[in-house]
Amino acid sequence: MAELNILEAIRGAMDEEMERDERVMVLGEDVGRKGGVFGATEGLWAKYGDKRVLDTPLTEGMIAGAAMGAAVYGLRPVAEMQFADFVYPAFNQIVSEISRIHYRSNGTFTAPMVIRMPYGGGVHGALYHSQSNEGYFTSTVGLKVVAPGTPADAKGLLKAAIRDQDPVMFFEHKKTYRLFKAEVPDGDVVVPIGKAQVAREGTHLSIFCYGYMRTCALEAAETLAREDGVEAEIVDLRTLRPLDTETILASVAKTGRALVVHEANRFGGFGAEVAATIAEQAFEDLDGPVTRLAGPEVPGVPYHHSLEDWFMISPARIVAAARKLASY
Amino acid sequence: MTDSKTTTLPRHRELGLSDEDVLGMYRAMLLARAVDERMWLMQRAGKIAFIISGQGHEGAQVASAWPMRKGHDWMAPYYRSIASAMTFGMSVEDIITAHLAKGDDVSSGGRQMPGHYGGARYNLVSLSSPVGTQVLHAVGIAMGAWVRGDDVVTMTQFGEGTANQGEIHEAMNFAGVHRLPVIFVCENNGYAISVPVDRQVAGGSVSARAAGYGMPGVDVDGGDVLACYAAAQEAHERARRGEGPTLIEAHVVRLTSHSSDDDQRRYRDPAEVEALKERDPIPRFAGELRDAGILTDELEEKLRAEVKAEVNEASKRAEARPEPDASEAHERVYAEPISGGGTAEPLEPLPGEGH
Repeated sequence: MAELNILEAIRGAMDEEMERDERVMVLGEDVGRKGGVFGATEGLWAKYGDKRVLDTPLTEGMIAGAAMGAAVYGLRPVAEMQFADFVYPAFNQIVSEISRIHYRSNGTFTAPMVIRMPYGGGVHGALYHSQSNEGYFTSTVGLKVVAPGTPADAKGLLKAAIRDQDPVMFFEHKKTYRLFKAEVPDGDVVVPIGKAQVAREGTHLSIFCYGYMRTCALEAAETLAREDGVEAEIVDLRTLRPLDTETILASVAKTGRALVVHEANRFGGFGAEVAATIAEQAFEDLDGPVTRLAGPEVPGVPYHHSLEDWFMISPARIVAAARKLASY
Repeated sequence: MTDSKTTTLPRHRELGLSDEDVLGMYRAMLLARAVDERMWLMQRAGKIAFIISGQGHEGAQVASAWPMRKGHDWMAPYYRSIASAMTFGMSVEDIITAHLAKGDDVSSGGRQMPGHYGGARYNLVSLSSPVGTQVLHAVGIAMGAWVRGDDVVTMTQFGEGTANQGEIHEAMNFAGVHRLPVIFVCENNGYAISVPVDRQVAGGSVSARAAGYGMPGVDVDGGDVLACYAAAQEAHERARRGEGPTLIEAHVVRLTSHSSDDDQRRYRDPAEVEALKERDPIPRFAGELRDAGILTDELEEKLRAEVKAEVNEASKRAEARPEPDASEAHERVYAEPISGGGTAEPLEPLPGEGH
């Protein structure tokens, strides 16, 4: 077991996969000599050379589209969007092409590729370096969407994503990159895509979360236990699509209360899908309203620290939402 | 433009082509035209909902695809690429089956509209409808070959309207930066549906843009089959020598309306449309082959009879193929079952389920 932060875990996953499989390549802006603006690809350029660790022009559409071409050809590209906020020029490629080529070719072409994207706020990145835009991609059939919250999951899920036959959008909450270290199993440990994890057992209510929200929810759960005697079950979804409805429904059956937490705004967001799934399939288990705690309805995270604090989901807000739900 | 009257030897021999080669090219053009015309008849007969045509582009398409190594090189086509797709491997029956949207159509199993060429078995990349996206796929394939050191050339085709998409700029710039083994073929037929080239292309030339990407831009008469072949052959060799991409702009004619849903008489002068026939590449190439003593009336008749029979036979076989099964329409969304087991979304069965 090694103690790693999420950034180190992600780097380790790419390194091991590139070592294991020469079809794996990394491409994106500043991923080469610099090692990425966050350092996720540090050391890979020196080890694997400037073809397999490829600095691209500032052209996100090209990064996604060329990655798809390479994937169709037989490589396993791992493309980095410098920030999730900058993915929109690549939207056409991701939505029209990458997600659809398998279906539209009747299963004869595949696009086994990963698009890694740092997302989320809390780092003074304002409107264009803080977005949580996973909802655009979770609503796109043909994509898999992953958002790990721990170093072990970041490493194991990225390995799974690189080996997957389908395109995977890999969301890395940038605030968690160096937030904490935790044990990561040594060796080739793959965390399966499509499987949620109960991060904390509880009996009074279930909190569904992913990415950085896992850390916030676990902290909130300690407060709830200490101050209210409320035992919250924390379910880290880890994969947003395909959604592990089995684990979600099992948790709701146990607790009877569901709180869905994400940093992206509420309206039409990913939480709505989780909430609707629970409402449709666990109606008789419910003792209170399925509740969403989500980012505010503004077009982005505002910059000034007081404004950003206003925007962000915090453990205290989760505690407040959980208290209200627990009172039913 | 290439002057076709300056050589003393037959031009095709100078280019290293045998008589059989040029007759093969001519036959490929006749075949593509015959299939295209049959598709229109089938559309008029109500068997096919929609047609988008390659008539007038056959010379440039057959010639540019001719140097490409079947089953080895790669191609990312566009919606007028019928003749290139056929030259690169798709059979007459494949094309007609795809237009009829039959269940075992190699391009999409009846899932895509006509004109969306593709075939994994031919290294012909499946095409979507937003124009220009395929050009980045071609560059990505070329990048893959470059990363691995494979001797593989990729060709992509698109119209002059599409040449204005941002993705084309991104693709050409990236290919230029890394000298990727890719050939860009812009088939300029003068119209992007109804909008003429002078409202589409600033400066009037797509090939001139190549200079900005550090690659050769070759402007060629798309009705001059051998000139198109020469440009493509040189581009193919350059790519194989590691010298990078080439942009070829072939000036062609669009003999039909944009599609079966369009009527070009609404935006083109009748005299202009009538004059297009003078620039049809098929009689022009036939004339050249006759002048070189390769094509005779007898041979022409034989080729046309063969082509007609081939299209008739293929049509019959294609029409007899099974329709798609709607009970399988939810399949092949994802390539593999979701790992972890038992966690598939209930409304979205996985590949392999339901058999």
